[in-house]
Amino acid sequence: MHEMSLAMSVVELVENAARAGNYRRISTVWLEIGQLSAVEPEAMRFCFAAATRGTLAEGAQLQIIEVNGQGLCFNCQQTVPLAALYDPCPACGGYPVQPTGGTEMRVKELEVE
Amino acid sequence: MCTTCGCGVGEARVEGKDLPEAESSLGSGSTRSLRQSQEVGRSPSEMRYSALDPAGRQAPQPASGPRPAHAHRHAADGSGHWHAPAQVRQHEHGHDHMHGEAPQHADEHAIHPAGGNAAAATSRSRLLQIEEDILSANDAFAAANRQRCVERGIFALNLVSSPGSGKTTLLCRTIEALRETLAIAVIEGDQQTSRDAERIRATGVRAVQINTGKGCHLDAHMVGHAIDELSPPDDSLLLIENVGNLVCPAAFDLGEAHKVVILSVTEGDDKPLKYPGMFHAASLMLLNKIDLLPYVAFDVEQAVAFARRVNPALQVIPLSAATGEGFAAWLDWLGAGCRAQQTDKRETIAALRRRIGELEAQLSASARA
Repeated sequence: MHEMSLAMSVVELVENAARAGNYRRISTVWLEIGQLSAVEPEAMRFCFAAATRGTLAEGAQLQIIEVNGQGLCFNCQQTVPLAALYDPCPACGGYPVQPTGGTEMRVKELEVE
Repeated sequence: MCTTCGCGVGEARVEGKDLPEAESSLGSGSTRSLRQSQEVGRSPSEMRYSALDPAGRQAPQPASGPRPAHAHRHAADGSGHWHAPAQVRQHEHGHDHMHGEAPQHADEHAIHPAGGNAAAATSRSRLLQIEEDILSANDAFAAANRQRCVERGIFALNLVSSPGSGKTTLLCRTIEALRETLAIAVIEGDQQTSRDAERIRATGVRAVQINTGKGCHLDAHMVGHAIDELSPPDDSLLLIENVGNLVCPAAFDLGEAHKVVILSVTEGDDKPLKYPGMFHAASLMLLNKIDLLPYVAFDVEQAVAFARRVNPALQVIPLSAATGEGFAAWLDWLGAGCRAQQTDKRETIAALRRRIGELEAQLSASARA
């Protein structure tokens, strides 16, 4: 259930950002979550609602931008889609595939009032 | 709190002492923020009132407790920013455009008298781009620790493994082999007790115990305090023994030069595949307890192949902390790392001295002109 603690880190980041500009409410939060970042978007949505309770982000909408996993295969030198970290290359079956995209776990933007 | 498994770190202690309350952990900030925001939430008009002094200028932030002033150093191209290490603490914020917006925002409030129509202010919404990594608070502390080590020629290693892989025995033997030729300091991480720090101190070197309480890993903030406490001498070796856990410590940079993962042959040889994150994050794998190989079904070649599948650049040294077999290669690796760190420090100082010389020459030339 690490999404709960991730959600709490997100709330901390957005509250600090909102406070720095003296904003009173956060209405939308955009997260960029990579397919290889081991975050389940559905679990994150559930936890976000709980983690924002009693904070400036209470009731805020959560928008998750999902980023597909991508890697560079050291064996066949191709950029390939990657479903899980340390998986073999889907093109040639070789190892290793260096992840080049989809590991993001980032707060991208927020809408404040 | 740990962003990997969700455990708490609110009870972290360095040498039995609580970390300062306002910054007892990276995670406790969430609890603190929650409390503050509840206060703010109760009375928005009060918040606006306290946010402005009578002249409408922006006053210190409302209901947010003491906030240390913070210094910024902006890169020449204006991108990114750096916080003075002592002032990073809990304070985090977005990027420069937000600083720019704050005064304007204060003006918006200035046209609404305190206690006036709160709804008027809420009708203004705007977007803030923050692009901040969820682990950014830890990474800022880690960068400060790393800078400190680099400036002082301290070679810092973060030793990670499952519980019972023989980390402390390995440390004791390493210290006994090196203490005549090298200054060594140790940071010990465990959930509870100072038993490991006591074992290390018995070898005659300085050791600080961090108890993580409910936490499952060390974070860069705790380690920064432990470095304060230890104040390791210049050109020393700093060994940080992390909490025995193959999952969470992989995600937390402490500011070390390298992570060293210890895998003992009494564990499964497929561990690198089952816990790939840690083997991916490490630079060196010590394969410990090789004296027990005749008694266990552990395939060394297979274990190394699995580890290199997740991290092709991983170096491997098989050894036994009990018998000392294979230790020479490990001590050589440590010696080379320490020398490289010390050389970096000397070269940095020499470059700074050259620069001072150039500037002084320029200054005296312009004084003559």
